[in-house]
Amino acid sequence: MTTAPRTADAAALALGDDALVLSHRLGEWAGHAPVLEEEVALANIALDLLGQARVLLSLVGDEDELAYLREERAFRNVQLVEQPNGDFAHTITRQLYFSVYQHLLYDRLATTDSELAPLAAKAAKEVAYHRDHAEQWTLRLGDGTAESHERMQRGLDALWRFTGELFQPVQGLDVDGESLRTEWTAVVTSVVRKATLTVPEGPQTGAWTAGAGRQGLHTESFGRMLAEMQHLHRSHPGASW
Amino acid sequence: MATAHQPPVVAEDEAVAGAVDTAAAAVDTAALESAFDAAVAADERIEPRDWMPDAYRATLVRQIAQHAHSEIIGMQPEANWITRAPSLRRKAILMAKVQDEAGHGLYLYSAAETLGTSRDELLDKLHAGRQKYSSIFNYPTLTWADVGAIGWLVDGAAITNQVPLCRCSYGPYARAMVRICKEESFHQRQGYELLLALSRGTPEQHEMAQDAVNRWWWPSLMMFGPPDAESSHSEQSMTWKIKRHSNDELRQRFVDICVPQAESLGLTLPDPDLKWNEERGQHDFGAIDWSEFWSVLKGNGPCNEQRLTQRRRAHEEGAWVREAAAAYAAKHSDHDKDRRPATPGTHGEATA
Amino acid sequence: MSNSTEWPLWEVFVRSRRGLSHTHAGSLHAPDAEMALRNARDLYTRRSEGVSLWVVPSAAITASSPDEKDAFFDPAADKPYRHPTFYDIPEGVQHL
Repeated sequence: MTTAPRTADAAALALGDDALVLSHRLGEWAGHAPVLEEEVALANIALDLLGQARVLLSLVGDEDELAYLREERAFRNVQLVEQPNGDFAHTITRQLYFSVYQHLLYDRLATTDSELAPLAAKAAKEVAYHRDHAEQWTLRLGDGTAESHERMQRGLDALWRFTGELFQPVQGLDVDGESLRTEWTAVVTSVVRKATLTVPEGPQTGAWTAGAGRQGLHTESFGRMLAEMQHLHRSHPGASW
Repeated sequence: MATAHQPPVVAEDEAVAGAVDTAAAAVDTAALESAFDAAVAADERIEPRDWMPDAYRATLVRQIAQHAHSEIIGMQPEANWITRAPSLRRKAILMAKVQDEAGHGLYLYSAAETLGTSRDELLDKLHAGRQKYSSIFNYPTLTWADVGAIGWLVDGAAITNQVPLCRCSYGPYARAMVRICKEESFHQRQGYELLLALSRGTPEQHEMAQDAVNRWWWPSLMMFGPPDAESSHSEQSMTWKIKRHSNDELRQRFVDICVPQAESLGLTLPDPDLKWNEERGQHDFGAIDWSEFWSVLKGNGPCNEQRLTQRRRAHEEGAWVREAAAAYAAKHSDHDKDRRPATPGTHGEATA
Repeated sequence: MSNSTEWPLWEVFVRSRRGLSHTHAGSLHAPDAEMALRNARDLYTRRSEGVSLWVVPSAAITASSPDEKDAFFDPAADKPYRHPTFYDIPEGVQHL
C-alpha cells in the first residue's frame, strides 16, 4: 500500500473498491427490504459484488488488509457507490446508474488483453443481471403509482451529479471514456423514458468532484461507513477470523 | 363446485369452499375424520386439498406461521453484524446466511398459504403482536462471536427441532422443511467454524467466544419449549404427526450433541451440573430458568420491542414499492398476455 | 390496506439439468410474470439448482380434486395388461 502501485493494480483497486463499497451499501438493506423476495434479490447482487471485490483486491494485495486497513483517502471507488441507500427508489437509481456503467465497462474490458479481462468476462454475466434488476424496478417505480413516480424521479435527479465521474479515465483501464458515456447515456435515457421519467438535465459533476472518488476524495457519509466496516477488524490487530 | 377449477395451491378460498362443500353435501364428518386419522396413522401425507379437521389446520397455521416469523425476525440479530464482519470471507458467508433466512421464511409462508392464509394476513398478525416468533431472537447480538454462537447453538437447536419435521404429516410443510434442513446445515457449520477461529485466536477473541456461548447456551435450551409436563399443544400434535418427538426428548438430544462439540471448540458450556450419566447413557444438566423464558415470551426480553418495530417499519416503508409494482402490473397486464409461453405445452405439464 | 396490494402467488418449476423435466420447486409472490421469473431465479436457483425455470400463476392451474380421486384414478388399477410384466414370453426369446 505504501509503494507506488502498478498500473493494472490501480485499475483493479478502482473496480474492486467500487464493488466492495456498493456491496456494503446493499448489505445494509438486509432485514429492511420492501418485500421478502426483494431481500433475496438484493442480497444476491451484494454477494456477486463482494465476490468481484475479493478477486480484484486479491490481485493487488491481501483483500482484508486492503478493505479494513486503508484510510478513507486511499479508497479509489467512485462517489456514486458510496452514496447512502436512501429509500428504495434512491437505491434503485444508484443500481441503474452503476450497473449500466459496470456492464458496458466489463463487456469492453473482457475483449482487451488486460489482466482483468478474464474476471471482466465472468463478472459481465453477473452484472447483466444486476442491470436487468435495476431496469425492471425503474420501470415499475417510474410507471407505477404517482408516489413511486415522484420518488424515482427524485432519486434520478439526486444522484445524477455523481454520474460524470464514471467516464473519467482510470489508470490501467484501456477503455474509451467518451464512447462509454455515449452508450451509457443512450441506455439510461431509453430506460428512464420507458419508465415515463425524465432524464435529469443538470451537470453530471459537482464543482470539484470530477473524478474525485478515483483520486481518493469522498463524501462525508463514506467515512462513517468505513468506520463501521473497519472497526472490529482494526480493534484486533493481527488477529485472524 | 370447486372441483376442477380450484387451483391446487392457492388456498385462500379453498378453506371456505371446502367448508361450503361439506355443509351442502352434508357429508358425514365422522367418516372424513376417520379417513384422515387412518391416513395419518399410516404415515401418508395430508395434502392441501384433502379434508382435514379444523383444529389440525389451525394448529398447522399457527406453527408454520410462527416458524416463518422466526426466520424473518431471526434475520435481524445477524444482519446487525453484516456491516461489521471482520473479514470479507466472513462477510460473504454472513450475507448468504441472512439471505437464506429470508428464503426460508418465504418457503414457510408459502406452506402456510396452502392452508388458506395469505402471507399478508400472517404478517399483519405478526406486526400486531398476535402471532409469536421464537423468543431466542429477542436476545441481542452484542459481539461478533454472537454470530458464531447463533450458528452453532441456535441453528443447531433449530435443526434438532426441524429434522423430524421433514416427516411431518402435512405435505407442503414437510417439503419446505426438507429444503430448509439441507440449507441449514451450512448455517450450523459456519457458526461452529467461526467460533473455532475465535477460540483458537488471541486471548481476547477466545474470551469473546466464551462470553457468547455463556449468553446463548441457556436460551438455546429454552428453544425446545417448556417441559413436556407443561406443554399445552404437544400431545395432540404428536398424534397428528405434526410433531414427532417431545420437547424434553429433543432438548436432551441437543445437549448430548453439544457437549463433545464444545470440547473440540475448547469452550465451556456454562452449566456446573452438566455431566455424563452412565446409567441413563445421557448427560444430566442443570435446571432451566423457565421464569426467564415466560418473561421473554410475554414481551419483556431485551429486544422484543426493537425487533417488532424494525419489522413493522420495513413493511410500512415498503408499502409504496409493493403498490407501485402492483399498479404497474395492472397497467401492463395486456402486454403480459401477449407473451408466448416458455415452451409449447407448458400448461399441460405444469398442471400435471 | 396491505391486503389490497398483496402480489399474486406463482408456482415455480425448475429443470435441474438438461435432459430432465421441470419439477415443482415451490411458490413465491410477484407482481407480474417478469418479476416472478427473476424472483424464482434468485430464490430457487441460488445454489445452482437449475438451468431453466417456469413460473405459472397459481390461479391458472386446474387440478383434480381429492373428492374425485376414486373416479379418476382407481379405474386404472385393474388393467394389468397395460404393463409389460403381464405377458408370459417363452424363455430364450430375446429383445422383447
